[in-house]
Amino acid sequence: MRDIIFTIGGGIPNGKKFKAVQTGGPSGGCIPEDKLDLPVGFDELTRAGSMMGSGGMIAMDEDTCMVDVARYFISFLTDESCGKCVPCREGLRQMHRILTNITKGQGKQGDIELLEELAETAVEASLCALGKSAPNPFLSTLKYFREEYEAHITEKRCPALSCKELISFYIDPEKCKACGTCRKACPASAINGDKKIIHIIDQDKCTKCGTCFEVCPTKFGAVTKLSGVPVPAPIPEDQRTIKKKSKENE
Amino acid sequence: MNDIEFEIDGKKVTASKGMTVLETAQKEGIYIPTLCHHEKLEPFGACRVCIVEVESRGATKLVVSCVYPAEKNIIVRTRSPKVDRIRKTIIELLMAHAPDAPQLLEMAAVYGAVPNRYEKDPSFCIHCGLCVRYCAEVAKKHALGFVDRGVHKEISFIPEIAAKECHACKECFPLCPTSYLQAVFVLTEALSFPDSAVKK
Repeated sequence: MRDIIFTIGGGIPNGKKFKAVQTGGPSGGCIPEDKLDLPVGFDELTRAGSMMGSGGMIAMDEDTCMVDVARYFISFLTDESCGKCVPCREGLRQMHRILTNITKGQGKQGDIELLEELAETAVEASLCALGKSAPNPFLSTLKYFREEYEAHITEKRCPALSCKELISFYIDPEKCKACGTCRKACPASAINGDKKIIHIIDQDKCTKCGTCFEVCPTKFGAVTKLSGVPVPAPIPEDQRTIKKKSKENE
Repeated sequence: MNDIEFEIDGKKVTASKGMTVLETAQKEGIYIPTLCHHEKLEPFGACRVCIVEVESRGATKLVVSCVYPAEKNIIVRTRSPKVDRIRKTIIELLMAHAPDAPQLLEMAAVYGAVPNRYEKDPSFCIHCGLCVRYCAEVAKKHALGFVDRGVHKEISFIPEIAAKECHACKECFPLCPTSYLQAVFVLTEALSFPDSAVKK
């Protein structure tokens, strides 16, 4: 598997770290890095909690939230379900709801156990193979990335900095050069600043689209994503003007 | 001599060819909970609440008794920790739709199902399909059917047929374990054929 992803597929772009590979289509599972040396075989993948399925593979990097991946595939499967039997139709409906709540920071203690119960019922009692395999995206991500579920629920933190409701964008005043790129690009006009005035994101206006994060020149890298910690208070007005000295540094 | 001998909860039972495990149990007076089952209708296997454990040639598996054919020498257990757990979850899931349905409340008491465990849904329908199947198989009118699929699946009357057939029949009404069916009918009537409703 390592060969397929890193040699044939060219590895993870932009110097990012590999996180997991999802195999077998929507009802397959996610396999973490330490299982990457598995041969791609029917039995091997099944034993790892995934499946050969359609043979497809989705490689994911460190920016992917595994709870969100589970939510995404379960959401697809709620539409694919025929709706005849209860464990699949109702079980997936509730699983999707709970997972959505977790990614929104509304997860509660006991949610993981509730999901496990629903998964067991769907696996054991569904009418067909769709329902029996539908909880796989959840079960495999829980097996290998349980700490991400727990971070979402207990700390309201998304470790991959991906779940919009759980992250904030913040401009590091030490790094901001007041170039104005992010201010012009922000579709919500949530960034305040001017020439030589350090930029600040108005958290109330911010729609968390991530545009500022993308456009901030790499050499500055001033826009950061925060999760699970409060956004630092904006720097006082009198310190916002960039002094000559820092300009010379550019 | 077509009798099939097997065991349910330690009791020796006999079934004739073509009988399901559920039918055999009911004949012998052994209780297995059901929701989508009806003696006049073909087995449907949708609610999954009649799930039982079957031991056959040393291997144990979970099967749905309303569609599982009686088989020689199998050992059926109508209750086990796993079976009870699954039934409990199914009942809780359906109670998110119909928290006051008498049949569900009765089962909830037996299996310790907790209402309000899952977020409520605005539709009372538990998709047992009794109305749809009764209309097709017994009344042979096909006045209502399932529309859409997955979580969007619901029952719907076909106004053209319902306007002609339903007032004289309504045999499906008492079958509904919740009050949803009548509600759908009244709504269809009000929207699609109010005139015939006034005349009756």
